[in-house]
Amino acid sequence: MTDARTEILSRIRGALGSADSSAGAAGTTGAAGTAGVTRAPSVVPREYRSAGEHAPGSDAVLEVLIDRLVDYKAEVHRTTPKDLPRLLARLIPQRSAERQVVGSSDYRSPDVLPTTPSTPRGAVVVPHGIDQAWVSAMGGVEVRTDSREAPLSAAELDEVDAVVTAARVAVAETGTIVLDGEADQGRRAVSLVPDVHVCVVRTDQVVQTVPEAVRLLGADPERPLTWISGPSATSDIELERVEGVHGPRTLHVVLLS
Amino acid sequence: MSTFLGMPAARDRRGPGPDAAPGTLSGVGRPEDPLHWGASFPDAAKAALDNGQLRRNLGKATSTIRTKRARVVGEVPDWEALRDAGSAVKTDVMARLPELLEELERNVTARGGVVHWARDAAEANRIVADLVRARDTDEVVKVKSMATQEIGLNEALAEEGIAAVETDLAELIVQLADDMPSHILVPAIHRNRTEIRDIFLERMADAPPDLTDVPRELAMAARAHLRRKFLSAKVAISGANFAVADTGTLAVVESEGNGRMCLTMPETLITVMGIEKLIPTFDDLEVFLQLLPRSSTGERMNPYTSMWTGVTPGDGPQEFHLVLLDNGRTKVLADEAGRAALHCIRCSACLNVCPVYERVGGHAYGSVYPGPIGAILTPQLTGEESDLPYASTLCGACYEVCPVKIDIPSILVELRAREVSMTAGSAGDTADRVWSAAMKAASFAMADGARFRRAARVPRLLRAISRNGVIRKLPFPGSLWTRSRDLMEPPKQTFRDWWDGREDQR
Ligand code: SF4
Repeated sequence: MTDARTEILSRIRGALGSADSSAGAAGTTGAAGTAGVTRAPSVVPREYRSAGEHAPGSDAVLEVLIDRLVDYKAEVHRTTPKDLPRLLARLIPQRSAERQVVGSSDYRSPDVLPTTPSTPRGAVVVPHGIDQAWVSAMGGVEVRTDSREAPLSAAELDEVDAVVTAARVAVAETGTIVLDGEADQGRRAVSLVPDVHVCVVRTDQVVQTVPEAVRLLGADPERPLTWISGPSATSDIELERVEGVHGPRTLHVVLLS
Repeated sequence: MSTFLGMPAARDRRGPGPDAAPGTLSGVGRPEDPLHWGASFPDAAKAALDNGQLRRNLGKATSTIRTKRARVVGEVPDWEALRDAGSAVKTDVMARLPELLEELERNVTARGGVVHWARDAAEANRIVADLVRARDTDEVVKVKSMATQEIGLNEALAEEGIAAVETDLAELIVQLADDMPSHILVPAIHRNRTEIRDIFLERMADAPPDLTDVPRELAMAARAHLRRKFLSAKVAISGANFAVADTGTLAVVESEGNGRMCLTMPETLITVMGIEKLIPTFDDLEVFLQLLPRSSTGERMNPYTSMWTGVTPGDGPQEFHLVLLDNGRTKVLADEAGRAALHCIRCSACLNVCPVYERVGGHAYGSVYPGPIGAILTPQLTGEESDLPYASTLCGACYEVCPVKIDIPSILVELRAREVSMTAGSAGDTADRVWSAAMKAASFAMADGARFRRAARVPRLLRAISRNGVIRKLPFPGSLWTRSRDLMEPPKQTFRDWWDGREDQR
């Protein structure tokens, strides 16, 4: 008996080889037509926009980004490096009652997720490579640092109230920010488990179109990428959009210029 | 309604009957074969049409999403160019599938992933069950995935004592209600908010007793229910929307964050993916990440898209398994006329615009792939005789919205022609049979004047394969017949005119 890999590959080769090219008109109407039997790569027409008409970081691009972010219920802030620390400190929520009990059912089962004594002030987690100046003004806030080498556990991440990260790139037309796991953006779990995500995006990181972002990210495609467009949401109930499900229920995007 | 769709004699299918119709709390049950269950299409469709609640739920949901999609597609100036590119990329993928799969395997392996190959559902389920058991756990979290629905993975795991917890809100609803998905994107589209609340209250042990039917509250109840599972699960199982051959990158597109939870928190990730999900290069993502969200949820971009390449030390699952699934796909590939069905990126836009789907819902198709794409893909995957190709008015709306330009109506006509030819005793009257088969959607379309007017496309479809007013060559197996005889071209008048004329003659 041949192994599955050999058999599947030979089935595919057989399927491609045996296709009757005179079989008829039905099928794809793509630019390459139905001449799919050829082994040579067909030409892919790429007439679509590979970049927008506006430069990265331009006012026009920022305006579109803000419009899209607001449309998807993200909260947008504009600031300067000087005012950033104070803004961040303000955005970290106080430990709220809702963090203890979600809805009316307590999901914290003590045997699995030990609850640390709750503190009245908020706690924030930051990736270890974050610009230390950003978090310098968080006087009343407990700041915890996470790295690949010294990661917080899931339970510990669940205890903090917010996460502050940088970003790799933002796409204006779709209202998207992309994290690529580098030291200022952190492990994927860090930007996922806390209920509030504060993401600091430099205005020169904002491109207009998706292709611009993909080509930039393509320089390091092996990095774990998280594309974020607004807070988590669902439309599973009568197609009505509800913001805030399993991912952070609040997304703050801070535009830094 | 006995001549509903005027199809060939209904064939019975294995699995539950049509009586467990939506509208009751319990769903249709989990069938033996996820690609072939329930009553035949005409019977199931008839039952569905009698279910007013179902029709109201569907009508509301599909019209909402149609409007959203139209708006966000309308704001993209190069939409048609993106569709052309998407279609051509997929055609290229099919032509080079063996080498691209090998390239993907090399790249995933080089980054610490393990690639498995599965010829059919049983083999895929075996691989996954063995992997889970070796991790010493009896519960796995799952991201919504059509491939694992198709192979009945949850049921296979259950037989081995492993509980697979669906974490997508709609999949959770379907799972709790012992139901089947009725839509590719929104599997519980046949349920309204009140039914969902009732399902949660009865079947979800930790649902708050004072739960109302406000969608936000329902979503929060699901959040609370699943959170502990996410944070403690050892193994997650996912599908994939795309796999990039030249980098080994996998992508999952989602909304709720349940995907991120599953793809990030557990130690082990197992991804089951059909072999057709490939794209050649990382840059090709720029096409599909524009086409998919706008076509599917009607958003400019879905809230979350995760991409990972093998294993990233210190970040996310430290063990990654990719199961490449055939399960009939090579059969579809061998059929040049139907091959384009493999281009599908499962956006579900064709369901939302389909007048037949809107009326009968997903369950009537008796397959995890309902709607127009299901009508062509399901019979091709199973290789069985099927009445699904008749579940269409051939109005062409599905083709117009398809982001990768799959010409579903033409493939439907082709499949119908084969079906008729297969059941015809002799070739003597094949021309008439082919013609009438292609027209057989008429009685359904008649039920709705506005829809009916749109069905004007049919004669054009047949004219497309004719020259000089004579059809010289029908697609196989019609070609067996047209080889020796010419067939008159269908009249140039519209379908409606043609029908009206027929009526007048009576
Ligand atoms: S056939 Fe086209 S429109 Fe239908 S689900 Fe597939 S990609 Fe979407």
